[in-house]
Amino acid sequence: MDISIIIGGEAGAGVMRSGYILARALVRGGLSVFGTNDYPSLIRGGHNAYMIHASDKRIHAHRENFDIVVALNAETITRYVDQLTENAAIIYDPKDRSYAEKLSDKALLVEIPMMDIVKEEKAKPVMMNSVAIGAAAGLTEYDYEILKSSILDSFPKPEVGEINARLAKRGYDIALEEYSSKFKIKVAPLEKDGKQIYLTGNEAVALGAMQAGMKFYAAYPMTPASPILHFLALHGPKYGIVVVQPESEIAAINMVIGAAYAGVRAMTATSGGGFSLMTEALGLAAMSETPIVVAIAQRVGPSTGMPTYTAQTDLMFVLNASQGEFPRFVIAPGDVKECFYRTIEAFNLAEKFQVPAIILIDKYLAESHMSTEIFDTSNIKIDRGELITGEYKGKEYRRYEVTETGVSPRAIPSTRNAIVKANSSEHTEYGYASSNALNAVKMQEKRFRKLKYMIMEMDKLNPAIYYGDPQAELVLIGWGSIKCPVLDALEILKSMDISVGFLHFIYLSPFPVKYALKYLKDRKIMLVENTYTGQLANLLKMHTGLTVDYKVLRYDGRPINPSQIVEKVFEVIR
Amino acid sequence: MVTMNQLNTKARNTWCPGCGNFAILTALKKAIVELDLKPENVVVVTGIGCHGKLGDYINVNSFHVIHGRVLPVASAIKLANYELTVIGHAGDGDAYAIGLGHLPHAARRNVDIVYIVHNNMTFGLTTGQVTPTTPRGLKTRSTPYGVFEDPINPIALALACDATFVARGFAGDLNHLTYLIKEAIKHRGFAFIDVLQPCVTFYNTYQFFRERTYRLEDEGWDPTNKVEAFKKAYEWGDRIPIGIFYRIEKPTFRDSIPGYPKQPLVKEDLKIDLTDLLNLLT
Ligand SMILES: Cc1ncc(C[n+]2csc(CCOP(=O)(O)OP(=O)(O)O)c2C)c(N)n1
Ligand code: SF4
Repeated sequence: MDISIIIGGEAGAGVMRSGYILARALVRGGLSVFGTNDYPSLIRGGHNAYMIHASDKRIHAHRENFDIVVALNAETITRYVDQLTENAAIIYDPKDRSYAEKLSDKALLVEIPMMDIVKEEKAKPVMMNSVAIGAAAGLTEYDYEILKSSILDSFPKPEVGEINARLAKRGYDIALEEYSSKFKIKVAPLEKDGKQIYLTGNEAVALGAMQAGMKFYAAYPMTPASPILHFLALHGPKYGIVVVQPESEIAAINMVIGAAYAGVRAMTATSGGGFSLMTEALGLAAMSETPIVVAIAQRVGPSTGMPTYTAQTDLMFVLNASQGEFPRFVIAPGDVKECFYRTIEAFNLAEKFQVPAIILIDKYLAESHMSTEIFDTSNIKIDRGELITGEYKGKEYRRYEVTETGVSPRAIPSTRNAIVKANSSEHTEYGYASSNALNAVKMQEKRFRKLKYMIMEMDKLNPAIYYGDPQAELVLIGWGSIKCPVLDALEILKSMDISVGFLHFIYLSPFPVKYALKYLKDRKIMLVENTYTGQLANLLKMHTGLTVDYKVLRYDGRPINPSQIVEKVFEVIR
Repeated sequence: MVTMNQLNTKARNTWCPGCGNFAILTALKKAIVELDLKPENVVVVTGIGCHGKLGDYINVNSFHVIHGRVLPVASAIKLANYELTVIGHAGDGDAYAIGLGHLPHAARRNVDIVYIVHNNMTFGLTTGQVTPTTPRGLKTRSTPYGVFEDPINPIALALACDATFVARGFAGDLNHLTYLIKEAIKHRGFAFIDVLQPCVTFYNTYQFFRERTYRLEDEGWDPTNKVEAFKKAYEWGDRIPIGIFYRIEKPTFRDSIPGYPKQPLVKEDLKIDLTDLLNLLT
C-alpha cells in the first residue's frame, strides 16, 4: 500500500493543521509517513497545500502525484489536474461542483457537503477541513478511532477537539458508505512494535539541542528556521532553558558566544540572510575558540529570494563564511532522526575541539514532517572536552596554551586560580593581543593542528553513508535532505531491477575524503542537488580530484522528486 | 582581598602617554579593590578600538570581542552566570556608531551589567575619524572640511532607552569616576556611564572639560526624576554636569525570563529527560 494525498485551500484555512492531523493518524497506525507543505510567504490569500505520502513500507520523501486531492476550495480542484494518478479521487464541497464535474473522466468525484455539515453542527466555517480529512479517511476505509485520537490530541481545548472529531465522523461516514467501494486504495493500520513520532527537521534539531544540554538559545525570526525558536520558547522554560529573541542575528550569535564563553552550551538558528549578518561573529567564535552551534535552514536566494521555498545553495557560503582561515564543522543531517542525533554530536564536537559547529539543513527538511521510531535517549553521551570548572590546579592559567592537539584546556570565568582571557585579536597563550610574527605562526598552527584530530574523530562518526548496491557502476551523491528523495528513488529503481549506489554526505567540513575515495573511485558519479551550479561537485573535485559525470539539479524552490532522479538514471544508463 | 598591584598584568601598555583611558582603567581597578570583588568573578568585555585593549591591562577575566558587540556578549555572560560581575567597555564609535542598535535593547531589558563608554569623540585606533559624538565643525581625517552632522547626546539617548542607571564621568576626575563605577556595579540593572575621555593624540579635551565640568552630587542632585534628568542632559555649554543623572530600581532581565532556573545556567545539569516531550509528538 502506498498512498499520496494533497490537501489544498486558501492560506488561513487551516490546511497545514488538518494535513498534519490526518498524517498523524496514519503515523499512529504504524505507517511510514512523510508530510510536507507548499505555501507562499503570505498570511492570507495565497494557496496552501499539505502533501502526505504514506506507505506500509519505509518511505523517505513526498510523491509528486496524488491519489486523493482534498479540495477546500475550487482552486485546489483544478490546480493538480496534471498530477493525478490513474485511480485518483477528488474530495470537494457541492459549491465547487462545476469545477469538479469537468474532471469526471480523470478522477472519482467525492462530493461531501462540508459546508452544510459545519452549519448543522453549528461549527465554525474553518472546521470544514475536519469534515474533509474525515472523508479522506473514510474513502480509504482507515480506522476512524485512530483518526479521532489524532484529532483529540491535536487541539489543546478538549471541547474543540470533540466538535472536530464529530465533524470528521460525518465526512467519514458519507465517504465510506457512498464512495469507498469505488476507490481502490485501502489503508489499514499495521501491527508494529514501538511507538512512532511525527516531527519536522526543525523540531528534531530543537530536541537534539535540548538533549545535548543546551541552556541558552537566542534567535531572530527568519523562515524557515523560526519554528526552532517557537518550539524552544514553548518547551524550553520547563527544562531550565533560556530562550530569547534579541534585536538581530548579530545580537543573537554574539549572545550565544557570550553564553558559551561563560560555560553554557548555546545555539542560534537562522537562514542564509541572517547567517550573512552572523559571519563576522562566526570568526569571533573561531578566533576566541569559543564553542558554539549554529543551525542554518536554507531557503532560496539570492537576497530575500523565496522565503518559503527550498534550496541547498548556501553550502559554499557556509563552508567559507567569515574572514581568515579556521577549522569548523559543517554537518548536514538528511532526515529527522539525523537532525536529532547529529545536533547532539555537533554540541559535543564544538566543545571538544572548541570550534564553531554548523548544522546545515534546508526548508524541505526543516519544515517537512517525517515519521520515525521514537528517539532512544538512553545512551546519549555528553562530552564537554577539556573543560575546567571549580578550580584550576596548574600554576598559571593560559587560555590558549599551545598543546599537541591544538586544544587548550578551557576554564570558564569563576574558576578559582584561573583568569580567562579570550580575544578576537591574534593573541598570546595568555590571551593578550599580539601581532608578533612568530606568535602569529604559533597560534595559527595551534588552531589548525585541531583539524587532524577533527578528521580522525569525524571518520569514526559515519560522516558519509553509502546506500544501495555496493558494486554499482553508477553512484549518486548528495548531501543533507537530498537523502530523502534519493532513497525513495533507489527503491523505485530496485523494483525495476536497476541497481545504483548512493553516497550521502553528512559532513561537509571537514570533508570526508576517505569515504569519498573509498566509494566513488572508478565509478560514474551523478550529483543530486537543489542548486543551479552543483556545489558538491566542486567540493568533491577540490578535495579528491574526482569529477562528477552527471547532475540532477533543481533551483525553482521545490524539492527534487524521486521520479526526477529515476528519469535521469534511465537516461544515463540507456 | 585583591590589591591594585595584583590587578596588573604582564601585557605591555600601548596607549599614548596621557590618554584618558589610563584613568578609566585605574578607576575600574580601584572600584574592584574597594568593593572587594574577586578577580575570578569579574568579567570585562571590550570592543574594538583603543579602549578595547583595556582587558589586557587588568587581571580579571576578559573578552575582547568584535567592533560594536560588547552588549550582546556581556548580556549573555550575565544570563549564563549571574554570580559574575560583568562590565562592558566600548568606544564611542563602538557604542554609538556600529553598535548603537544594541543599546536600547540592553537598556529596556535591564540586563544587570555595567556599560562604560570611553567617549573620546573620535575613532582612536583608526587614527582620528569623526564619530557620532564629534562636535559639528571639527576637522577630522574623514571630515577635512569640518564635521557636517550634529552629534548625538548620549545621556539623553540612554534616558530615552529607559536605562535604569544613567551617568556621565570625566577621565580627568579619577575619584569621582571611581565613585560612579562603584555605584554602577552596585546597581541591580543596566548601568550606563558615558565617560568623557580625552584622546591626547586626536582630540585633546582635557582643558575644555576641566574648565566646564561640575559634579551633580555637589549640587544635591535628585536622580529619581526622569523629566528633570532629561533637562539636565541638555546642559552642555559653560557648565557640563558629571555624575548620576538618573537611577531607579526595576526587575532585571533575568527576573523576567520565564523558567530561569533557581541557580545560574552554568550550574545546571546538562542531562534532561525528554520522554514527556517526545510523547507529545506521537
Ligand atoms: C566591522 C568593523 N569595521 C571597522 C573596523 C575598524 N575599526 C577598528 S577600531 C574602529 C573605531 C574605534 O573607535 P572607537 O570605538 O571610538 O574606539 P577608540 O579607538 O576611540 O577607543 C574601527 C572603525 C573594525 N574593526 N570592524
Ligand atoms: S589614540 Fe587617543 S584614545 Fe587611542 S591611545 Fe592614543 S590617546 Fe588614547
